[in-house]
Amino acid sequence: MAMAETTDMETETKGIGEYLKAHLREYGLLFALIAIMAFFQIVTGGTLLRAVNITNLLLQNSYIIIMALGMLVVIVSGNIDLSVGSVMGFIGALAAVMIVNYEINTYLTILVCLVCGTLIGAAQGYWVAYWKIPSFIVTLAGMLVFRGLSLWLLEGQSVGPFPKEFQVLANGFVPDLFPASIGESLAPIFDARKVNVLALCTGLVAAFVIVWMGMRKRARNRAYGIVDEPRSFFIARNAIVGLALIFIMFKLSTFRGLPNVLITMGVLTIIYAFITEKTTLGRRIYALGGNEKAAKLSGIKTERLTFLSFANMGLLAAAAGLVFAARLNTATPKAGFALELDVIAAVFIGGASMSGGVGKIVGAVVGAFLMGVLNNGMSIMGIGIDYQQMIKGLVLLAAVIFDVYNKSKQG
Amino acid sequence: MSALLEMRSITKTFPGVKALDEVNLTVKEGEIHALVGENGAGKSTLMKVLSGVYPAGSYDGEIHYDGQLAEFGDIADSERRGIIIIHQELALVPLLSIAENLFLGNELTKGGIIDWQGTFKRTEELLKKVGLSEAPTTLVDKLGVGKQQLVEIAKALSKEVRLLILDEPTAALSEADSQALLNLMLELKSHGVTSIIISHKLNEVRRVADSVTVIRDGTTVSTMDAKTQPITEDAIVRDMVGRDMAHRYPDRERRAGDMLLEVTDWNVWHSEHVERQVIKNAAFNVRAGEVVGIAGLMGSGRTELAMSLFGRSYGRNISGSVAIKGQPADVSSVPKAIDAGLAYVTEDRKSLGLILEETIQRNITLANLPGVSSGGILNENEETEVSEKYRNAMNIRTPSVFQKVMNLSGGNQQKVVLSKWLFAQPDVLILDEPTRGIDVGAKFEIYGIINDLSAQGKGVLMISSEMPELLGMCDRIYVMNEGALVGELTAEEASQERIMSLIVTE
Ligand SMILES: Nc1ncnc2c1ncn2[C@@H]1O[C@H](COP(=O)(O)OP(=O)(O)OP(=O)(O)O)[C@@H](O)[C@H]1O
Ligand SMILES: [Mg+2]
Repeated sequence: MAMAETTDMETETKGIGEYLKAHLREYGLLFALIAIMAFFQIVTGGTLLRAVNITNLLLQNSYIIIMALGMLVVIVSGNIDLSVGSVMGFIGALAAVMIVNYEINTYLTILVCLVCGTLIGAAQGYWVAYWKIPSFIVTLAGMLVFRGLSLWLLEGQSVGPFPKEFQVLANGFVPDLFPASIGESLAPIFDARKVNVLALCTGLVAAFVIVWMGMRKRARNRAYGIVDEPRSFFIARNAIVGLALIFIMFKLSTFRGLPNVLITMGVLTIIYAFITEKTTLGRRIYALGGNEKAAKLSGIKTERLTFLSFANMGLLAAAAGLVFAARLNTATPKAGFALELDVIAAVFIGGASMSGGVGKIVGAVVGAFLMGVLNNGMSIMGIGIDYQQMIKGLVLLAAVIFDVYNKSKQG
Repeated sequence: MSALLEMRSITKTFPGVKALDEVNLTVKEGEIHALVGENGAGKSTLMKVLSGVYPAGSYDGEIHYDGQLAEFGDIADSERRGIIIIHQELALVPLLSIAENLFLGNELTKGGIIDWQGTFKRTEELLKKVGLSEAPTTLVDKLGVGKQQLVEIAKALSKEVRLLILDEPTAALSEADSQALLNLMLELKSHGVTSIIISHKLNEVRRVADSVTVIRDGTTVSTMDAKTQPITEDAIVRDMVGRDMAHRYPDRERRAGDMLLEVTDWNVWHSEHVERQVIKNAAFNVRAGEVVGIAGLMGSGRTELAMSLFGRSYGRNISGSVAIKGQPADVSSVPKAIDAGLAYVTEDRKSLGLILEETIQRNITLANLPGVSSGGILNENEETEVSEKYRNAMNIRTPSVFQKVMNLSGGNQQKVVLSKWLFAQPDVLILDEPTRGIDVGAKFEIYGIINDLSAQGKGVLMISSEMPELLGMCDRIYVMNEGALVGELTAEEASQERIMSLIVTE
């Protein structure tokens, strides 16, 4: 073994090529998202990025993203959960029956629903973790059971509407904390009717934080001499992400401001990204998925982790169920039908590996957005559900083929 | 004799690493050619280039095989020309039977339907050739690594083999099995099969090889021919490490202190065959500062003993008592065993020791995450420092600790497993074949680390199939046979003959 000795110039250009090769997947995902958005923006004549539609897009995909966070953890640890769509529907039904039919306090209902979701996840996780029953089977059973349970609970009817304080879960907006006068004075500058200063500031702060953390990480990598992202890539990537964030927030600020669910989603994403990347808990989950036997022999409580990953999935499915019900303002027996497939697809498009041990929260979120934009864009264009399904299927296949191809080339 | 194979100026680069730099290798028809070199020197990579794992175009240089320029696109290409490679990492399908594995992809058929009778008959013949008495229907999963190796060879023999490449075939084999395998190679040679053998066991190399090529840091250092001058181990070592090595084992100062680990009445039953007792009333101890060996044949139950002790990772109905530093210790789960001060370095690094898809750094810290975190939050800088420390101490050859373990050479992977357990800072370190697949220079380094540990008052329990290693390193040696400890010898009493006679008389 000898380190490749080359001149500085050579390393620079060679570095870019090598770096791109090694990280093709991550850039590919970002690139695909941008390309798809650009495409729909053009073919829908600018509708895609209208403030109303962006708000819609976020609301429509919030429950998918919330569940994708839990699904990523489950998939990284080497399992799968097919029951999330049904569980989500069931929890929505439970909430509706409790609030509408029995007039139980909304907040108590929310609490009961979240606990109930966690217990459902835990029950499934128990069989997977301690009885070594394949998760595919356990959650397939769960999918049927909870689908049936929602039907039974709702007696085949739709139940609604919900009171105001429940609806705000999905349809509410964070009020502008800044005095209205600031917004009004800013509005003419942007040629908008009004400007929500809070949304605008959030966008600026978020973009700043992302760039700042990126720079810190880069400095750290430098210090340890890790093959680093070429400067041009770093700047381009951060500029795109930062500007996109500011742009979206600006658009939102000219409409109704920050949706409540966006805050929920953002906070959850940050929490889960932190747990998976920065904590011992997260590290152990990756180890479990990477090589269960080796993880176990390294002193990792593999059964408990598997159990927890399913309980967590149940909790998030319940949260998603509440948001979904609140958004439709009614619980229907069909709620959440086949949604697990969208969630799983989002995670795989985001780069997770079927065999476990690989995948990132941010990837899953971007994957979910990609699916969301596809759905939304095709709906605006008036493409039928039949074609939509086919296209989504092909996108999933393409993403995974790309993964496998990439890997075999590096091998 | 003419050259069957000539590899000229082979250069192969991976991101950040030049694994091969203008390597030349000439193998004559009908000879056994040994390829030796330190861990990470590029031996396996060279053979992967040869067999088409890395296809033509992904490397520079030329391969001339059987008088023609050969450009293999994949393994199937090279197999068609009679080049069969048995990789360092075994590639059998664990849940298929021996027979199914042997003919995987080459199934014997009659009118499109698998001819099981013919398959079983051929399998039996092939197994007999390699000295295995297992039934063809036995699942590969149920065989130890040693026997799996023989199945791999049987598989190679089931094809038309002209050039057989064995990448460290005896690393996992017992003394006797290794001898059998080497004899098999000599026999194949007499039938006109040319072979290339990669090995770190230089005595074997000397025994079978007609010529030896040494590579170091990705370049050819020398080629020796047994016909022109006898090949000596010292000469090979000198070329391998680039200097003379006077001793194979570092000097050891002997100082047995207080009792560290004491195991009594240890009984274990087989995980699947409930009626089979794997460990019978084993009792042994390790004192502070001691290096204690366990000798025995493959399958005598040494690994089972160690794994059952380490958090009941093997077997069922385990009974017996364990005391650590004089206190009864609870070692009923792996986390408890680690807390009690035990560590177990597995013999099967690939499936039990490493997470291949993860980086070196993440593997090293895995068994002691609290050591690089506070309040459950990882301190990545500290993690990097720790792994850099072990990379230097163990001399792990890699451009960075952020390299995936998958991309390391076999010997360097072993060093990562060792590092992981050293970082867990155990009181008693159980080493199961710790130098498997490790080159002479690195072995010496590892022995040095073992000595340092014992000097710090830690206890080391060493399981090894290489008897010279046990004799060279241990203060005391237990001899194990069929699940029972049948004898205990001090360093002065111990010799290969005495150990063997203890095994045989029982
Ligand atoms: N896929 C890969 N990606 C990056 N580096 C690699 C890859 N495969 C091998 N290497 C590097 O190439 C060098 C040579 O590796 P190789 O496996 O050929 O060594 P070896 O001589 O067989 O060693 P050992 O005796 O330990 O098996 C090592 O430094 C290794 O880290
Ligand atoms: Mg090798």
